[in-house]
Amino acid sequence: MSPTDPLLPPATEGPLLTVSGLQKSFGDNQVLTSIDLNLDSGQVVALVGPSGSGKTTVLRCLNGLETPDGGTVAFRGGPSLDFAGRVSKKDALSLRDRSGMVFQNYNLFPHMTVLENIIEGPVQVQTRPRRDAVADAERLLDRVGLASKRDDYPFNLSGGQQQRVGIVRALALQPDLLLFDEPTSALDPELVGEVLTVIKELAEENWTMVIVTHELAFAREVADEVVFMDGGVVVEHGHPDQVLRNPREERTRRFVQRLLNPF
Amino acid sequence: MDWELLRTSFWPMLSGGLAGTIPLSLASFAIGLALALVVALMRISGQPVLSAIARFYVSVIRGTPLLVQLFVIFYGLPSIGLTIDPWPSAIIAFSLNVGGYAAEILRAAILSVPKGQWEACHTIGMSRTLALRRVILPQAARVSVPPLSNTFISLVKDTSLASVILVTELFREAQQIAAFSQEFMLVYVEAAAIYWVFCLVLSSGQSALEKRLDRYVAH
Repeated sequence: MSPTDPLLPPATEGPLLTVSGLQKSFGDNQVLTSIDLNLDSGQVVALVGPSGSGKTTVLRCLNGLETPDGGTVAFRGGPSLDFAGRVSKKDALSLRDRSGMVFQNYNLFPHMTVLENIIEGPVQVQTRPRRDAVADAERLLDRVGLASKRDDYPFNLSGGQQQRVGIVRALALQPDLLLFDEPTSALDPELVGEVLTVIKELAEENWTMVIVTHELAFAREVADEVVFMDGGVVVEHGHPDQVLRNPREERTRRFVQRLLNPF
Repeated sequence: MDWELLRTSFWPMLSGGLAGTIPLSLASFAIGLALALVVALMRISGQPVLSAIARFYVSVIRGTPLLVQLFVIFYGLPSIGLTIDPWPSAIIAFSLNVGGYAAEILRAAILSVPKGQWEACHTIGMSRTLALRRVILPQAARVSVPPLSNTFISLVKDTSLASVILVTELFREAQQIAAFSQEFMLVYVEAAAIYWVFCLVLSSGQSALEKRLDRYVAH
């Protein structure tokens, strides 16, 4: 159980990420008005809310896929980036090194085998010895039940298998934080379970995660905190049982009702 | 049918092909492709000046006849004090020409790679250059093999134009044999047949390459 064991999250405690007043517009469309988010190591936060509420944009701002127009983002041990002013390119890029991202559509590299997908970041970016990266990748693959697929190309895998590889690719970089962008939304219903199981096991191992999801039952089970967003603001947040079973706000109540009783 | 002429003219023409047409094609294609990659990257760079230069270049190359480009370089440049030998002139002209056409092919191929691939590269910490080299270009290569093969096959045939600037290649040999023997039909059909065989070989090479690059996509 060394701290660099790739199967386990970094062994740290306390606040990991502080986001305050995050703003983002696309043209005239203000997607995020002012988002606050605090995350402790080992904490799992589920971001829920209607389509277009800005959940995915929050995730994308956290690892530099989008540049916020305002607000501050600070990881423990890193600079506090104030996006209202100028943020150097180097600082902005430093954000992404703290997190691993799992995409809705997996975005595996189709021209690389499963193993090559996983070791690409560790070997090419982190310049770790290939042998170590391969050993870690194999352990991680075994961990998600895909050891036998290491030399397959993504097109040979089911959606659920591809997404599990996507998760392993993110884990292989040994990030402080895992970001999941609707990880099961592109999957056939019968494949959702295998991916959620893996995420749940990661939660039990104390990985710090932000999960954008429509699976409310899953959010209630794995999340320490649920954040309900609508129209670019956090409407309410708190313990999953409180937010999802006994919401304070009318908007939250309507959203939960709609998902529980779609017809 | 003059079988004897067919036989005696075959070897000079074939050696013109092997020593002229083929090296001229290979060198021009290699240089042209490298040039095309630079031009394609300039066009998608998002830098207005670089992009404008690239667009201008492609426009000039595509908008003027290859024969005229060849004449400007070989017959035109000496009058402003720059004399270039036939071979280098031909290689410069054909490389510039390939560069213009292949740049558009590569640009389209790069843009055809889904945005999610760039994003995945970003999230695993890659710079744009590394992403391009490791992820985007290998995928763009697969898409661009068929159109680039067309460019290459056109180039092999277009090198016959080099005969007008005195480069000894397949067609210039044919012209000389035809002039000497006065058997124009026989000699030129024979030359055409040799070009055709060259292109058949290239087409089968294209199929093999496509097959190899297709190994990671669903069939």
